[in-house]
Parts: sequence; structure tokens; C-alpha cells
Amino acid sequence: MRLLTHNMLSSNIKGVTNGFPLRIEVEKMVEKEVELNMDFLKNMFAKVEWRALVEASRSMGYSELPDEADSSMLDSDEFLRKFHHALLELHLEEGALVCPETGRKFPVNKGIPNMLLHEDEV
Amino acid sequence: MTSRPELQAPPEIFYNDDEARKYTSSSRIIDIQAKLSERAVELLALPDDGVPRLLLDIGCGSGLSGETLTENGHQWIGLDISESMLNIAVEREVEGDLLLGDMGQGLALRPGVIDGAISISAVQWLCNADKSSHEPRVRLRAFFGSLYRCLARGARAVLQVYPENIAQRELILGFAMRAGFSGGVVVDYPHSTKRRKEYLVLTCGPLSLSSATLKAKGEEESCSDEESSEDEEDRTVSVSERHRPKKRQKLNKGKGKGREWVLCKKEQMRRKGNVVPPDTKYTARKRKARF
Repeated sequence: MRLLTHNMLSSNIKGVTNGFPLRIEVEKMVEKEVELNMDFLKNMFAKVEWRALVEASRSMGYSELPDEADSSMLDSDEFLRKFHHALLELHLEEGALVCPETGRKFPVNKGIPNMLLHEDEV
Repeated sequence: MTSRPELQAPPEIFYNDDEARKYTSSSRIIDIQAKLSERAVELLALPDDGVPRLLLDIGCGSGLSGETLTENGHQWIGLDISESMLNIAVEREVEGDLLLGDMGQGLALRPGVIDGAISISAVQWLCNADKSSHEPRVRLRAFFGSLYRCLARGARAVLQVYPENIAQRELILGFAMRAGFSGGVVVDYPHSTKRRKEYLVLTCGPLSLSSATLKAKGEEESCSDEESSEDEEDRTVSVSERHRPKKRQKLNKGKGKGREWVLCKKEQMRRKGNVVPPDTKYTARKRKARF
């Protein structure tokens, strides 16, 4: 699972008002190189929660992202490369996502987070 | 119809390791899935500016439909309830991210982040109550509600469904409308029982003027026209006639074979050495009306 997906995920357990961002517990992560696409990054920048992305990339052991970012920085190649790396190249393979409100763990196996809820959580 | 997988077992049980492998190794299914998802992407009508979008594939299974999205240059997130299917997707090294989840429990996504959603042959599963805690209406409401929330304003969702009957289609559509979607059903090949395919085309928020209207396939009489007509800009939602198109009647019915044909046949028989009456002015002449 890439951090792009992590940035979109939010816990939807019944009664949870703010299920975002899910905390990441890393057991194993991999990096896969993919082609950089400026248009996509610019399109996604508006949708990404920057704070959450910075936190997530730090928990994955990548701390190059600046704390604050605004759309004027999208012109810098270096920034785009870092953004691209954090968003699309870091994969969480094994570990867990933790709901910030309830502490419920969603296990991640083979890069697939298990978001199935128990019957009493729906 | 017992051949419907929906009637056999819940999806997470029906699509076990065996079924998942069978599903993904059948070239027929791969072909059908590719065609369906190609059509779904077409109906999504994303702006043609080459910018990759973040799409959602609901019921992605082994990622067959996701491959079409990748081919079209988009990033995608796939959701499925069957672990076996997702394992196959991992094996096949699909490019999108996969989530194990139940769409009937609502999508665990932030509001307004997804640029479009497709779903191939999945949503009708929601109409089943596979566990005692399952209530189709509640699950449909949760699904469409969360789908509406996570889609960006003006984004589309194209859901290809196999409803069991009209009531089921209306149930699904009803909950989509109640969640706030506008849109309707596009039926491709309405006259064919086998090729008939239904797509729910839903738009988040009111229909914008810029969004292209859609045309169902297979309305034309000849099949060769389809490919050319689908790229054209005359996309309008068309209401299909309820009756089938008339079969073309044979043009030369009742005219008989003619004198030339009879002479040719007689010559053939003569060459074979059969006894054939001689050719006269009466040969192959029409009888008079009084006969």
C-alpha cells in the first residue's frame, strides 16, 4: 500500500467522528521506483492532507518532506521529486494501521490493509 | 437461474482460492472483464487532458478491471471482500493499491478525494443478505452514502451490475438517488439476453452542462456500426424500444429456381448418365393458374 492510499483512508468504525489519519505501524516496507508524473502530482496536491503525509512518511523512515507546503512549491523539481517519492514509491508491506480515536488495529498483510469491520463496529 | 454466483454463496466464500484462480485464468472472463471495464471508463467521461486521475475500483477482484485503468494511465485503489482474489491480484503485480473491505460497511475513505469510481459486476451482491446481521437496505445505504461522500464534486461513478430482476435494479437505483446521485441506467445491447449489459452512471451532485450525454450500444441494426458510433460525439441517452428489431425477410422467397437452374441441373444429371427427359419449350415453364 502506498502512502497515497493511506492519505485517503479514514477509519469508518461506527461512532468515530475523526478517523483520520490512521497511524502507521511498520513491520516491513519496500520501495518501488515508478515514473514521475507532474500532472498527477499537481492534481493530487490539492487533495492530499500534507500533515498526514509528512507524519506517515516519517513513520516509514523518510523525513525529507518539509513540514509545510503550499502550491507555489510545486514549481520546484526537488520538491516534486520528494513529494513523488513519499506519495507513490514507499509501500507498506506488513504492519498495521491504527484508528486514531479507538486504537483499533487494521492489519496490513502483503501490502493489503484489512479494513473489514466486525459486526458491532458497523 | 442457479448459475448466478450471487445465489450460491457469499462473495468472500464463493471466490475462494480455486474459484479466484479459475476466474483469472479463463481467457473468456478476462476478455469480458476487459471489455466491461473499457466501456465503464468510457462512460466515466473523464476530461481528455492526459492528467492521471485517482480512481476507485469497487469489487476489483484480481485486478482485471484495474489493468484497464492502468492502461488508460490512471492511478487506482481497488476494494474487494475476497482475500483469495486480492492475493491473485498481488501475484499478478497490479499497479493499483488494494484494500480488503466490504462495500456494504461503507467505504473507509476521506470525503471528496476520488476523481471517479468504477465497479464491474459487484454491486448486485449488496442485495443479498448473507449473514444474519446483513440487511440489504442498510448496506446499500451505507455503500452509496460513503461513495457519494468520497467522490469529488462532479465526479462520476459507473457501476456495471447484473440485477436479478427489475425490482432489484430499482432498489439499487433508488438508494443511489437517495444518497444524492443524479444519473441513470445505460443499457448496452438491450435486445440481446446474453450481451445485454447494464451500467448505472451516477454523477455526484447535479448534472453539469458540460458532462457529455451517453448513448447505449447495440441500438443500431447492424453490428458493424457500433465501433464507429461509439467514438462520435453524438452521445445521447436513448430509450430502448421494448420489442426486438424485425428479422430481415428473405428477398427472393417464393420465386422458385428458374429455367436456367433447371437446365443446368438436367445437364448435370445427363453427364452422370441418368435418364433425363429432353429439353423442350415446356421445361421449367410455369403452370397455368387453373392448376
